[in-house]
Amino acid sequence: MNLRRLLLIAIPYLWLLGLFLVPFLIVLKISLSDTAVAIPPYTPTLDLSGGWASIKEFFGQLDFENFIWLTQDELYWRSYLSSLQIAAVSTFITLLVGYPVAYGMAQSPDEWRPTLMMLVILPFWTSFLIRVYAWIGILANEGFLNQFLLWTGIIDMPLQIMNTTTAVYIGIVYTYLPFMILPIYATLEKMDGALIEAAEDLGCSRLSAFWLVTLPLSRPGIIAGCFLVFIPVIGEFVIPSLLGGSRTLMIGKVLWEEFFSNRDWPVASAVAVVLLILLIVPIVLFQRNQQRQQEASQ
Amino acid sequence: MKKAWMPLAALIAAGTAAQAEEVRVYNWSDYIDESLLAKFEDETGIDLIYDVFDSNEVLETKMLAGSSGYDVVVPTGSFLQRQIQAGVFQKLDYDKLPNAVNLWDVIKERTAKYDPGNEYSINYMWGTTGLGVNVEKVRQALGEDAPIDSLDLIFKPENMEKLASCGVMFLDAPTEVIPAALKFLGEDPDSKDPDVIAKVEGVLMPVRPYISKFHSSEYINALANGDICVAFGWSGDILQARDRAAEADNGITIAYNAPKEGALMWFDQMAIPADAPNPDGALKFLNFMMDPQNMAAASNYVYYANGNKASQQYLNEDVIGDPAIYPSAETMKNLYTFTPYDPKVQRIVTRLWTKIKSGT
Repeated sequence: MNLRRLLLIAIPYLWLLGLFLVPFLIVLKISLSDTAVAIPPYTPTLDLSGGWASIKEFFGQLDFENFIWLTQDELYWRSYLSSLQIAAVSTFITLLVGYPVAYGMAQSPDEWRPTLMMLVILPFWTSFLIRVYAWIGILANEGFLNQFLLWTGIIDMPLQIMNTTTAVYIGIVYTYLPFMILPIYATLEKMDGALIEAAEDLGCSRLSAFWLVTLPLSRPGIIAGCFLVFIPVIGEFVIPSLLGGSRTLMIGKVLWEEFFSNRDWPVASAVAVVLLILLIVPIVLFQRNQQRQQEASQ
Repeated sequence: MKKAWMPLAALIAAGTAAQAEEVRVYNWSDYIDESLLAKFEDETGIDLIYDVFDSNEVLETKMLAGSSGYDVVVPTGSFLQRQIQAGVFQKLDYDKLPNAVNLWDVIKERTAKYDPGNEYSINYMWGTTGLGVNVEKVRQALGEDAPIDSLDLIFKPENMEKLASCGVMFLDAPTEVIPAALKFLGEDPDSKDPDVIAKVEGVLMPVRPYISKFHSSEYINALANGDICVAFGWSGDILQARDRAAEADNGITIAYNAPKEGALMWFDQMAIPADAPNPDGALKFLNFMMDPQNMAAASNYVYYANGNKASQQYLNEDVIGDPAIYPSAETMKNLYTFTPYDPKVQRIVTRLWTKIKSGT
């Protein structure tokens, strides 16, 4: 019986070990080596056939030079900060847009809800890449938006939106909106309508009932939605590289550049390791929050 | 247990034996007349698997990671040189390349700078890096005597300021833009001296606010659609934009000019990775491409010059007769080449490039 339990627990652990820990250790190993003109383009590579002596030599050659390099050039910490800022701002905008949508969905008649839910999920049926490309068609100087605005006479010069940070925000908010709507909707839908009635009976206006009852009760959904948006946006690469200009600084792009343009696998790996450490903080917070919620509902 | 697996193993063995011979080619996007691919399959009975990339960096990363599975790849000269050093390629067996006699010695001489004796590679296409302009819009912005054939157009802030509203794109390739900026300054474009390279910042930073994007393939469509009016890009790409605009009949006229101060000449070289699964098939593909008529078909389609002397008689007049593709002997003298940076200088260059691109 015990063996069975052990096996059951072992499966997720093996999964994590094989698909997360081992790749991470490989990246960590590369981040501690030096670049070289070779295949693969770094040294030292571990030669297990040499036995214990070669393993010792391998560890002897490792150093933290690449991590020190990251602190010496302001580019890196500025990119990390800029990524954090873009992630925070776009999470906030997504919340502002997503909450009313989720609220509206939860308030709508029961028979409409599945349809509305479908409409939120529908964009996922098209490739993410194609949807981002569609935004290029909309936002470009000769794109639909500018042509429409020029036609209506609101503007007489095309707006430069494409290749700016604004375009990146638009792309991120659009792409991640469902991740915000769905958890908020889930908590709002479960909410007992009698609570609002009670609040109103006790003299609350509709607005203060929303503020004092609905909003606090939907907090778990808001928190879950914010983490689901914030965490992947920090490392986002596709949206800034397609919609953003060269001035949009994000760590995903810096990583790409180190890896491809510089052929500097060790520094690229060091950037990735630091990014992971940065992400662990919000992930752990998210985990705690989920746990607490689970305990509360039990 | 062992027995149960036998039929499966036999099946796998039979499957691989029955499989037709394959050649995997990895080339630049929009870079071949696709009917040539079918022709190769018909002539040799080999299955051709053709993939594309749009930057040397992506190709190089795949090569350096090893076991790419490709039999033929097409890096640019300066990248090829470093990859040869890293041991990425195998030497060509010229006995199996009878069509190599068709190659053009003028080009072979220049490619030998990257690949001494042309031991590892043959030239596919070559071209220059220069200025693609939307003639009407640029004249609107800068007047009738706009310097559309000079580096002044893109490196003088007073010109760029006026061009900013109609859009300017640069190649996202420091190895193309930095030599041009050095040429503009009157320095050696192939300089490897960090102090000389640093001077580029003084040229690029003042014009940086007026550049809408650095990208190595988007400018083809952007020029053709009228989203931008100037691109610093590769000759053939700009000529493709010219033709797309002409086909769309949208009233946009695109012109390509190699800068009169001198233009960078580059060479895309076909080579066989050391770990190619089918090197014999790769040699057959190389030999096929060196056939004068095939090579001419490729050039007629992509508007790039090739390194095949014998193919020139089959080239269309709008290719061989266009000085933007086959420059006159005098312009040829003005063209310069570029060799790779060593890793230390490379890091300085990439850092400088990031700084320029982000504008800070």
